[in-house]
Amino acid sequence: MSPILNERTLDFISHSPAQTRRIGARLGALVERGDVLCLVGELGTGKTCLVQGLGRGLEIEGPITSPTFTLINEYRHARDELTFYHIDLYRVSNVQEALDFGLEDYLYGDGVCAIEWAERVEPVLPEERLWINLRYLDVNKRGILIRADGARYDPLLRELKRLAFGI
Amino acid sequence: MTNILGIETSCDETAAAVVADGRIIRSNVVASQVDLHAQYGGIFPEMASRQHILNIMPVIQQAMDDAHLNWDDLAAVAVTYGPGLPGSLLVGVNMAKGLAYGRGLPLIGVNHIEAHVYTNWLEIPGSGQYRAPEFPLLCLIVSGGHTELILMRDHGRYERLGGTIDDAAGEAFDKVGRLLGLSYPGGPAIEQAAKLGNSTAFDLPRAWLKDSYDFSFSGLKTAVLRVVQKYGDEITSPAERAVPGESPPPVRNLPVSDLAASFQAAVVDVLTEKTRWAAEAYGVRQVLLAGGVAANRLLRQMMIERVEVPVLCPPPYLSTDNATGVAVVGYYRLQAGQTSGWDLDVEPNLRLV
Repeated sequence: MSPILNERTLDFISHSPAQTRRIGARLGALVERGDVLCLVGELGTGKTCLVQGLGRGLEIEGPITSPTFTLINEYRHARDELTFYHIDLYRVSNVQEALDFGLEDYLYGDGVCAIEWAERVEPVLPEERLWINLRYLDVNKRGILIRADGARYDPLLRELKRLAFGI
Repeated sequence: MTNILGIETSCDETAAAVVADGRIIRSNVVASQVDLHAQYGGIFPEMASRQHILNIMPVIQQAMDDAHLNWDDLAAVAVTYGPGLPGSLLVGVNMAKGLAYGRGLPLIGVNHIEAHVYTNWLEIPGSGQYRAPEFPLLCLIVSGGHTELILMRDHGRYERLGGTIDDAAGEAFDKVGRLLGLSYPGGPAIEQAAKLGNSTAFDLPRAWLKDSYDFSFSGLKTAVLRVVQKYGDEITSPAERAVPGESPPPVRNLPVSDLAASFQAAVVDVLTEKTRWAAEAYGVRQVLLAGGVAANRLLRQMMIERVEVPVLCPPPYLSTDNATGVAVVGYYRLQAGQTSGWDLDVEPNLRLV
């Protein structure tokens, strides 16, 4: 993933878990049915934290907790019928294992998917997707790089830049 | 005697048990898949449900044989219908429905968390005179998928005081176990490694989350990772390490025992203190521990030391997933006339309150 900033990427530094959650919430308010958000980052870089923000932006009721144990946690939107799938591939080591538990049904369904460790299943991800790359900088700081793959995510990223950074 | 058959397939154990009068264990059969899943560092859902299908009939038959009972001796069939893995839950629920319908018995759907709580109502052979837990009581449920602090004022009356806001306690044990190059499941492996370690060797963070009975173990996990990274010249990422059948490369010179002991102490510290605060604030008469992590000896010991009211915990073989608690809940539901309909469906996200 190229670190070069262009119109299809957004690269910034989060200074706290609260800030990571806030950018997640901004993003969550913009996503739509069928969207696929791919999170990449080592253990402890704030993937689940960012997804908690997404849930807030999506107006999901109840706490969003780690799906490592179950692989997938499902959340219903408070009002309409939208379903949010929080998927965690920490324990999945290849594409076949992911297909075995029906990953494709979620990816190509009409819910919103946020996938942690998404790089492990890149061959089966939809052509159009949003990458969110998190990296450790220091105890509180994380580098967050968001990249749009495909036409659907260009306007979404533009809107996110405008709302969150005024650029 | 009122004999209830309990069936549990919410995760990776296929279990069946017969309990008489809600307290006497007549049989308790558990077919574990832990060896099968060890290579994945956790339960693998699709494989789990296939294994349940293979295990369920022999496990139930064994439970009936061990109890020396005929189907006609049963008063009801109770089964876990959530929370858990959808494919796994389905196997148990459909089996229970078939049995109950075929034998004309009442069917009772049971919450998995509630079943853990109710293992504390069982008579433990060799433990002397039986005494049922007394209300109001506080229950800490800690396992791979759950961390919940529940206030219970009577049978079936629950109030959720708090729970994890990120990782479950058992999940933290599993992830840290993997960071330290220990085997799965992480709980027993860390407990074993910690025996030889100094729990004050590393000053790991405790997330107290002021004025709340909630828990957070994500930051603690990250703190352990940072320590491991400090020791490792060039530690490989967890992504690269997750190769089935291969254990992660050990980091040279890593003080595994000290780190395991320090980590365990941090988890136990927070679990114990929050439970103590809640026990005092609500004036409960007893504290119950339940779930797989309740098998941890340090947790039991610290709870008994720090909490003023009596602390009850089931023996380790009843703390991990099994069907005895399901049968106990089934008994109390049957007494209250609360049975399920034939349309009982699995609820993977079922909550206690």
